[in-house]
Amino acid sequence: MTRKRRRFVLIAVCGAVLAVALGLVLSAMRDSIVFFRSPTEVAGDRVAPGTRFRLGGLVKDGSLRRGPDESVEFAVTDTGSTVPVRYRGLLPDLFREGQGVVAEGVLEPGGVFRADTVLAKHDETYMPREVADALKAQGRWKEGAAPGTVSQTAVK
Amino acid sequence: MLIEVGHYALALALALSLTQMVMPVWASRTGDPVLRGVTVPAALATFVCIAFAFGALTYAHVTSDFSVQNVFENSHSMKPLIYKISGVWGNHEGSMMLWVLILALFGAVVALARDAVPPVLRANTLGVQAAITVVFLLFILTTSNPFARLNPAPVEGRDLNPLLQDPGLAIHPPLLYLGYVGFSITFAFAIAALIEGRIDAVWARAVRPWTLIAWCFLTVGIAMGSYWAYYELGWGGWWFWDPVENASLMPWLAGTALVHSTVVMEKRDALKVWTVLLAILTFSLSLLGTFLVRSGVLTSVHTFATDPSRGTFILGILVLFIGGSLALYAWRAPGLRQGGLFAPISREGALVMNNLFLSAACATVLVGTLYPLVLESLTGEKISVGAPFFNLTFLPLAVPLLLVVPFGQTLAWKRGDIAAASQRLLAAFGLALVLGLGAVALTWGGPVAAPLGIGLGAYLILGAAMEILTRARARSLGLSLRRAAGLPRSAWGTALAHAGVGITVIGIAAQAWSVEALATVPRGGRIGAGPYTAALDGIVPRTGPNYTETVARLTIRARDGDPVGTLEPGKRFYASRNMSVSEAGLLTLGASQVYASVGETQADGSVGLRLYYKPLVLLIWLGAVVMALGGGLSLTDRRFRVGAPALRAAARRPERVAPHSVPAE
Repeated sequence: MTRKRRRFVLIAVCGAVLAVALGLVLSAMRDSIVFFRSPTEVAGDRVAPGTRFRLGGLVKDGSLRRGPDESVEFAVTDTGSTVPVRYRGLLPDLFREGQGVVAEGVLEPGGVFRADTVLAKHDETYMPREVADALKAQGRWKEGAAPGTVSQTAVK
Repeated sequence: MLIEVGHYALALALALSLTQMVMPVWASRTGDPVLRGVTVPAALATFVCIAFAFGALTYAHVTSDFSVQNVFENSHSMKPLIYKISGVWGNHEGSMMLWVLILALFGAVVALARDAVPPVLRANTLGVQAAITVVFLLFILTTSNPFARLNPAPVEGRDLNPLLQDPGLAIHPPLLYLGYVGFSITFAFAIAALIEGRIDAVWARAVRPWTLIAWCFLTVGIAMGSYWAYYELGWGGWWFWDPVENASLMPWLAGTALVHSTVVMEKRDALKVWTVLLAILTFSLSLLGTFLVRSGVLTSVHTFATDPSRGTFILGILVLFIGGSLALYAWRAPGLRQGGLFAPISREGALVMNNLFLSAACATVLVGTLYPLVLESLTGEKISVGAPFFNLTFLPLAVPLLLVVPFGQTLAWKRGDIAAASQRLLAAFGLALVLGLGAVALTWGGPVAAPLGIGLGAYLILGAAMEILTRARARSLGLSLRRAAGLPRSAWGTALAHAGVGITVIGIAAQAWSVEALATVPRGGRIGAGPYTAALDGIVPRTGPNYTETVARLTIRARDGDPVGTLEPGKRFYASRNMSVSEAGLLTLGASQVYASVGETQADGSVGLRLYYKPLVLLIWLGAVVMALGGGLSLTDRRFRVGAPALRAAARRPERVAPHSVPAE
């Protein structure tokens, strides 16, 4: 095999693999990205039923109801609008009424958000960044208004 | 007082590293070997100073000296000793201290490795290493001082985040940092080579052990972090494609490519320019990981505190080193002597495929990790890129790579014969196929991914074994054994590491069979997952040193009703932080585990229980340990232990002549 041909083979193979990688990234980008929405955006019909997204806000005071077999219902609010959420599973340790939460799932036609993942913070003083930003956008929350120092630790 | 001395030692280390950084530059102008030689004691003294400062901070933590702000914010007098020690790096300032400690440690070890590295290369490498140390010491001293005092001193500390109060934290960060930061030395070697303008097999041989050491630690560090997340977060998952995890995976992927490309460089004097780039990229990805984790752009359990000035500083470091090194590369690389091209079907060809797929996989992880950050800063739109994205992009690139692995080992250097290689691997492939099909038949109706993955893993293990078998095969068994024992340790190391990959693949694939159950269980009630059931015997309170705990006592029974063990998952409440943390209960049965975590206790005494059956789950981490053992075995290979004779001769001659005596020139 000549030197020229070897170089051609090398470049062709590299190009092919990189093209495949790029194609995979682009196709996955279209289907598997999850957007973050606040209750106000959900109420404003920015979300089509059936699409998967992350809903973030505060757990509304007095909204938590436990059903049979670890199913729970609660409402997520950004104090402007409120979205009811249904979930089955163990809630995170720091899930509390009046505190920040991020839930991932699908909006059902009836307007109920069916979550399959509920993420809360991993620290008693921390407000999930997305939630803090969403609340700030609503003018409901100001820097420093959260209890204690805002130290960032896990939303996971 | 000790705290102030520690602070002073840190400043002294800064001055020493500055000297260490400047001397090689000066020496290159004057050609004075004495100036060049200063780098060695400077590197050692820097390490001693930083180690002393680190020791002082550790002492403050152990003695609960709450007049130190760092101790006050992250410790508690009732905290067990092990967490007082590990709490040193369980916070932003302390973790940066660990960073520079390991940075200086690698500098000191290189300084001590007399015969392994030619003197000019060593001096320049130490100079570059010192430049990294300088910048990170400046970062600590100006933005993240761990020695700040509080006056008046508080009586009690705020305690460490309970999630971090776990033996995992004692082991995971040091291992991970030894890997992450270890790549700094490879980076320093690459920059030194670019500055010198020469790069050859001697360079590759000098760099390879350091790359391997860093890679081994990073492998184990990532595995340890994964296991910690698995049992501590209570979700039973072992990898979440969380940006912080990706931040450690990216240098690992690039580092794995680097470990392989240095082989090509050492053996065939090819892929030189690419290897240098890869060395730069690997450490750049480590720096990027540090930026992502430490700057607060991500939210995670690893991000201890946000302070905009810190983020900007680390971003500056990132731009300086990545931008600077790539600019140097663009300037100097065209002048480096190119290695030869080679046949596509050969061992070096296979290693190029390895590099190609690993780099492509690394690039997809990079895109998935950075895209949300870029999109948010450009448009304000918040998105999350999670497991589905990475499963769609990473897996299709990983599977062909794994299929090629046994071929790479089997093909000969220079010109391989693909037909002969396939023939040698036929037995491995056939046996793996039988195993995979057997698994399909046994679990008919179950997920197909699991048997396929198990077949792939078996193929990797058998392929690695075949390689050793074919090389050792002789007429008699005794001769074969002697031949096997006589094989270079690097051959054994390669086989072991590749078998480790196979073990991990089997463990991952078997997770498709894991079973999950969720129920509210009354006292005496049962919950079943897969072949096991758990009976709730009762809920008991318990008191720990700095927490109170509610424990659910479970008896685990196999399908036939025989008890196989007990589990005690609990929920701990840390009053000092007003925070509760779930502790999963793990029952290990062979390589499989039964995993239980508890939710809320109801008023009637029933409790929310989640039970998982995780078949062969331990293989995931065991495989990583085997990989690292393979790397370690490779490190003990004769050519690293004995050192190259040509190199010794070069070292003994006067330095200015040394470059010409290197064989590859």
